[in-house]
Amino acid sequence: MKIGFYPGCSLTGSSREYNESVVAVAKALDIELIEINDWNCCGATAAHAMNEELSLSLPARIMAMAEKQGLTEVVVPCAACYNRLKVTQHELEDDTKRSRVIDILKMPYQGSSRIINVLQLLEMYGAENIKAKITRPFAHKVACYYGCLLVRPHSILKFDRVEDPQSMDTMIKMVGGTTLDWAFKTECCGAGFSVSRTDLVAKLSGNILKDAADRGAEALIVACPMCQSNLDMRRGAINKTLETPSDIPVIYITQAIGLALGLSAQELGLKRHFVTVEL
Amino acid sequence: MGHTNKVSDLQSHTGVEVMRCYQCGKCTAGCVLASEMNYPPSYLMRLLQTGTKPNLDKVLSSNSIWLCLNCENCLGRCPMEIDIPKMMDYLRTQAIKENKLHPDSKPIIAFHKSFLDSIKNTGRLYEMGLVLSYKFRTFNFLQDLSIAPSMYLKGKLHLLPEKIKDRRSMKRIFGQTIENAKTDNK
Amino acid sequence: MSKIGVFICHCGENISATVDVERVAREIGGMEGVAHAIDYKYMCSDPGQTFIKEAVKKYGLDGVVVGACSPRMHEPTFRRACAEAGLNPYLCEMANLREHCSWVHEKSEETTEKAIDLVKMLVEKVKKNKPLDSIKVPVTKKALVIGGGIAGIQASLDIANTGHKVILVERDPSIGGHMSQLSETFPTLDCSQCILTPRMVEVAQHPNIKLYTYAELESLEGFIGNFKAKIRLKAKSVNYSTCTGCGACIQKCPVKKIPSEFNAGLGTRTAIYVPFPQAVPNKPVIDRVNCNYYKRGACKICEKTCQVGSIEWDKEDEIITEEVGAVVLATGFDVKGTDFFPEYGYGQYKDVLTGLQFERLASASGPTFGEIRRPSDGAVPKKIVFIACAGSRDPAKGIPYCSKICCMYTAKHAMLYQHKVHDGESTVFYMDIRAGGKNYEEFVRRAIEEDTVNYVRGRVARVYEKNGKLIVKGVDTLLGGEQVEIEADMVVLATAGVANCGSEQLAQKLHVSYDPYHFFAEAHPKLKPVETNTAGIYLAGACQAPKDIPETVGMASGAAVKVAALFSNDELVREPVVAVVNRLAPPLYSTCVGCFMCETACPYNAIEHEEIKGRDGSLIRNSARVNQGLCQGCGTCVAFCRSKSIDIQGYTNEQVYAEVMSLLND
Repeated sequence: MKIGFYPGCSLTGSSREYNESVVAVAKALDIELIEINDWNCCGATAAHAMNEELSLSLPARIMAMAEKQGLTEVVVPCAACYNRLKVTQHELEDDTKRSRVIDILKMPYQGSSRIINVLQLLEMYGAENIKAKITRPFAHKVACYYGCLLVRPHSILKFDRVEDPQSMDTMIKMVGGTTLDWAFKTECCGAGFSVSRTDLVAKLSGNILKDAADRGAEALIVACPMCQSNLDMRRGAINKTLETPSDIPVIYITQAIGLALGLSAQELGLKRHFVTVEL
Repeated sequence: MGHTNKVSDLQSHTGVEVMRCYQCGKCTAGCVLASEMNYPPSYLMRLLQTGTKPNLDKVLSSNSIWLCLNCENCLGRCPMEIDIPKMMDYLRTQAIKENKLHPDSKPIIAFHKSFLDSIKNTGRLYEMGLVLSYKFRTFNFLQDLSIAPSMYLKGKLHLLPEKIKDRRSMKRIFGQTIENAKTDNK
Repeated sequence: MSKIGVFICHCGENISATVDVERVAREIGGMEGVAHAIDYKYMCSDPGQTFIKEAVKKYGLDGVVVGACSPRMHEPTFRRACAEAGLNPYLCEMANLREHCSWVHEKSEETTEKAIDLVKMLVEKVKKNKPLDSIKVPVTKKALVIGGGIAGIQASLDIANTGHKVILVERDPSIGGHMSQLSETFPTLDCSQCILTPRMVEVAQHPNIKLYTYAELESLEGFIGNFKAKIRLKAKSVNYSTCTGCGACIQKCPVKKIPSEFNAGLGTRTAIYVPFPQAVPNKPVIDRVNCNYYKRGACKICEKTCQVGSIEWDKEDEIITEEVGAVVLATGFDVKGTDFFPEYGYGQYKDVLTGLQFERLASASGPTFGEIRRPSDGAVPKKIVFIACAGSRDPAKGIPYCSKICCMYTAKHAMLYQHKVHDGESTVFYMDIRAGGKNYEEFVRRAIEEDTVNYVRGRVARVYEKNGKLIVKGVDTLLGGEQVEIEADMVVLATAGVANCGSEQLAQKLHVSYDPYHFFAEAHPKLKPVETNTAGIYLAGACQAPKDIPETVGMASGAAVKVAALFSNDELVREPVVAVVNRLAPPLYSTCVGCFMCETACPYNAIEHEEIKGRDGSLIRNSARVNQGLCQGCGTCVAFCRSKSIDIQGYTNEQVYAEVMSLLND
């Protein structure tokens, strides 16, 4: 089967391994990803924080390009991009805003492409296939970390439940893992300030890692490149806030599933992590 | 008591009705950065409810609006469904317009600006460029020096930007939105 | 030609200050068909009424219009005056010159002109009025009380003590309701069961009360004074006439792990069970959903144990019919469960309880015999957090209202905890303390000052479990929003009081209105708090809105008085403002074509089928007929009738048309 694909900037740079694992897992599950032509950045928090029209126009162009290509469904692995695209689609249901944005873009925009995240992709089109293709069960005790952007605002995203979401846990259990009941599933790690306020971010991320460590997690499973790079690349700064430094790896859900499907660490980009992954 | 109509501006721009807040404090209780803020979210709501100019100035020149991560925990739990994150977006824009910026905003604005510059020029985020531009804006050259080489070695940093073909569309989008807004103010 | 008398009231200055009443009387006096028109300071006073009576006689009036206040206020007064003067009271109408004119407009020419128009409309209407007779219906002097909690118990006893018969229907196997589950009651801390159980026994023994437990209302037909109630007696599977209530069957029942409803899920019960030791009646029922025999066809241990052979396996539900004259709804309320709260753990933490569960822990008859212990490990909690307004005052959760009783019972819970666990620490997170009521505020102050309960003003964002503790993330808004984190051993949520399950369906069966939250609606929020919009059906207790015991008992007695007042008459007199299907001379008989659109439209089931037959008994036509006892005069049928064959007496199409035309003809 074929599906539209919006990788977003992080997946081409600092989160390459997410892209690699998404592509590898999709291939293993016979899902063909069709990248949106000439896609641009969604604007992320910066556009959102600085100017509303800009924050709507950038994602709108991406979706307009997808529509032009006839992509009725687009998977967006980056939780931040997924959030921006979904929220924009919702905001542009307002006629005034929509016509203003179309005017800026000089492109037709309908908002007709269905935007899904990577968990929905796996759930809808991969679940049966994954079960059939497990070669090496992912027999690890992990903490699934959803962060903010995947589940909030619930009224717009309507994905999973607000507090204590379950979709990632279900997926991990399906490939043979056990998941922890823990307290920081949807607490913000502060990634938006990763560069500008590393001090605060280290503290917030520290709380998250500490709770997972206290409960005996072997790894944190994520579906957001912001969370991953924050918890992984900033580990040095984070550990300075913790009494006991943590070496729990932070891996993507697609990497965990890839491992279960027998894909190699190389194919899944596991070597690119700062915190060594030995699973 | 200089009552201002800025609170009604806030409502017309964001749909947020500050009078709905009954000060239960649930937003503050769950806010990950409330303890760092000059005024935690519920306190900020109260300042806005008074509608007086001194209190509005307090809001705009506080670090609270800049420390908000838009994680939306507050909105998710607010019994009155008040969209505080949306309100924060608006208040940040206002603070820039009125040039009432708390010192804590500087690195954050610098980051956002560097980020947007990158997109404007190439259509995508050029992480290397972002970091360099940010450093020039903040004169903080030492920050992140330790992780950059590892990033490069792990293939996570491109030395050259990726550019989209239709870069003119980016110029147009920026020209008609954020740059347009700036000229409006002058 | 008509001879109408018009009487314009000044209402002190209420009307005359803005309306030129003399001009109104003068101009109306010149209208065609008006024989007499005057104005006077207080038309409702004795001299005012005398003016009307004398004028009726002197001028031989065949219609009266009083331009005064709202007919809600004085229509009965003026109609009675007319009747005393020998005029059919329904030939007297009121024009509302106060609420509809003087109170809502400034003094001006236009205001006076509006007043003239209002009176003019009524004059034209009265010309078309026909003499009507009030409707008389007999009264069945027996009441049906639905719900056997404290509201139903109080209402039943009060009605029964006036000498009238009462049928009390309770859904559960015992009466007692929520009050029987409570530990001690605020603000006096007297034991709930101690004050309730004697009442329960009194109900069971009262010669005027017939008690049906494990029963539900199936349907209700009829109208005030003349209801027919069908009651489903659910199969108890135990013959109560032979059962001695020895309890041997309960001890031997092998199905022991069913969560006990009485203990709010904190204890267990068997499949054949009595809900609690003080139950009335104190005889068991078999829960067929959980019983081994009904599930798998084998077991019957209870039957072997029973010395008197009371088990009835094949007993089926029975439907009985009772004729009653009035109904009291006392179906009570329910509380939200902990699973309603995502932020407090979706109900997955065993030591996060509802207030009702805490009542069971604190109650001497509860699963811990009154000791406060954690359901998870049985330990006595050293730190306990109470969260008020859990779900209440929370539009995001669909419950914008205040549940009213939580402030008080939370203070009581904290107090009981401090009394039982002397070294314990209790914290109450609250938004406002609503302690309106006799000795209520003093009670809360006592909790704070004497029992050192820590009251923190702010809501709790979330609760999660870590290392056997419940981490409570709250805030102290009085300290400018300082975050407060407490590692608690137990968390008690004062969860919202909501309408009882099934209340919506019950309301529909009874044609009683209900609010958006499925609480039954009173007829008037201030002046008719125990009446419903359906005559003869009254409300008692928390089925109308959350309320505490004293209020519930007061309301139940109020409803009982309404019933007693109704039963003090042998016949009921009703306003003849009901629908009628027209009847004409043969060969037409009626313009009604028998389409029965009116029947589908009628919310009160008042439309009947009538066969119009010739002298030889042959069917001429089917037409609609209105049951005047059931009809509430709402007029929906009139709007639906395609052949214009139905009219509301006193508000016929012709009359309304005349009113409208009087305005257009100027």
